[in-house]
Amino acid sequence: MSLAASALAYGYREREIGRDIELALKAGEVMALLGPNGHGKTTLLKTLLGLLPARGGGLSLDGQPLAALGIGARARALGYVPQAHAGTFAFTVAEIVLMGRTAHAGLFAAPSAHDRAVARAMLERLGIAALAKRPYTEISGGERQLALVARALAQEPRYIILDEPTASLDFGNQGKVMAQIRRLAAEGLGVLFTTHDPNQALRYADRVMLLRDGHALASGPAAALLTPDNLVALYGSAVETVRDADGRLAFLPG
Amino acid sequence: MASSPLRGNLIALGLLGLAVIGAFALGRFPVGPGDIIGSIWAWLSGRPSDLPPQVETVIWNIRGPRVLAAILCGAALAVAGAAFQGLFRNPLVSPDILGASSGAALGAVIGIYLSLGLLAIQLAAFVGGLVAVGAVYAVGSTIRRGDPVLVLVLTGVVVGSLLGAGIGLIKYWADPYNQLPAITFWLLGSLAGTARPDLLPLLGPVLVGTGVLLALRWRMNVMSLPEEEARALGLATGPLRIAIVAAATLVTAASVAAAGIIGWVGLVVPHLARFLVGPDFSRLLPTAAILGAGYLLAIDTLARTAAPVETPLGILTAVIGTPFFIWLLASARGGWS
Repeated sequence: MSLAASALAYGYREREIGRDIELALKAGEVMALLGPNGHGKTTLLKTLLGLLPARGGGLSLDGQPLAALGIGARARALGYVPQAHAGTFAFTVAEIVLMGRTAHAGLFAAPSAHDRAVARAMLERLGIAALAKRPYTEISGGERQLALVARALAQEPRYIILDEPTASLDFGNQGKVMAQIRRLAAEGLGVLFTTHDPNQALRYADRVMLLRDGHALASGPAAALLTPDNLVALYGSAVETVRDADGRLAFLPG
Repeated sequence: MASSPLRGNLIALGLLGLAVIGAFALGRFPVGPGDIIGSIWAWLSGRPSDLPPQVETVIWNIRGPRVLAAILCGAALAVAGAAFQGLFRNPLVSPDILGASSGAALGAVIGIYLSLGLLAIQLAAFVGGLVAVGAVYAVGSTIRRGDPVLVLVLTGVVVGSLLGAGIGLIKYWADPYNQLPAITFWLLGSLAGTARPDLLPLLGPVLVGTGVLLALRWRMNVMSLPEEEARALGLATGPLRIAIVAAATLVTAASVAAAGIIGWVGLVVPHLARFLVGPDFSRLLPTAAILGAGYLLAIDTLARTAAPVETPLGILTAVIGTPFFIWLLASARGGWS
């Protein structure tokens, strides 16, 4: 059971972004796509979600080819958390989360009592039930990100895919969001997130893929792969390593 | 924004009720609410009413059809405006963004230029609106680059401006003594000539289009998210966009065919409705319809009674809509609640 890519080439109709991607995201694990900005992380995510057609190679979801699944079936298996944005209209947080139930209802159907119960449960699961009636446009960036995670969970997916979940968040909120992400994997979801911060990958991911220029430089356990040499190769700039008395690592841009 | 749906809808219904009473009570031949109820009751029960025949004529043949037409056009424009604002994720969009009004206007202007009958002119307007939006959609979907929504809006702007040139050319050719005043009058919008036979061609498309939009109200919430988010949530955005554009265009074209070009209603009323019940389309669409109906009816009553000669509707909606919209911009504080 996994979301798997083999020899995947991806990109847009007129331009290839990357190729030769081998990846398998399993239930219960957290995987980080680490790399500099503008090197194809988001495009790869969109391809894995089925939002962009693969340009070559194979993509499968629990053994079935991803392209053979309908858009609704994909949405019931893969939850997507985009980068938090302000939104155009002042929907309440509860309304935003309820939209996660789209793929569970017919085209003309109103949300059922069950749909509302699931949405409410996801708000509680992420500890933001108190925000339910607040306009999404008026809450903080961290709260928005959590609301989008709750919306993705309302899809009741088996895998959850997050694009730079902490990119626009302040220091405290980064920790809150990442701790929730870790918890989701403990509860059995397969979690994939992109980040440009090696410390985040080191601290919260089981496995990492280092992505540069659309190619995987390396892929494997986070602790083994996140070495100064690999990071220099990945970012093309110097990296300073700090280590505390317990042997825990952190990286600083050098 | 503390928006209570029940209170919002009560306010909207109250305003519509006041507008209806006002529309019958004001004018050269005032009809009180008691007379209307008496006349409708007589019609329902099949007994002859004891009202003077002139009052009956005013209710059933003169003011009644005009009131109904204002209600239908106002509701149609408001619902179409709300739908387009959601679809294009832009609160400054109005129902004519894809050229429905300019297409209908060109159709009608050609009809007047060719000295066609009233019904044929309305048909030309209706077809013109549909063809214009169809053309915009066809051209827009051949362009594969970029955000499909943005491409559609830009195509609409370009085609709309081309249609405007067409209207200008016909006006230039038109007979300045007979045709030009008729064209000008029509382009400014009016319900003055509305009679009972005009209601059916308006009612049908408005009911069908509004019905489709109401049936899709939950999905329209998701459509107002960025394209890729909506698809990741499992919504087939392409076909749904066609359905929403078709339904909103249908009601807009029907309204323009019946009443000419009435700007601002489709832009302002959805904001007012969002102010009352919030942005959720399941509540927004019904409230926008009720408010739009009351708003246009009140404006039409003003158009009939404010001056010895009828004022064009488009002038009044602009005069009232502009300051209102500026106030809205100033008080909206960030989100478009």
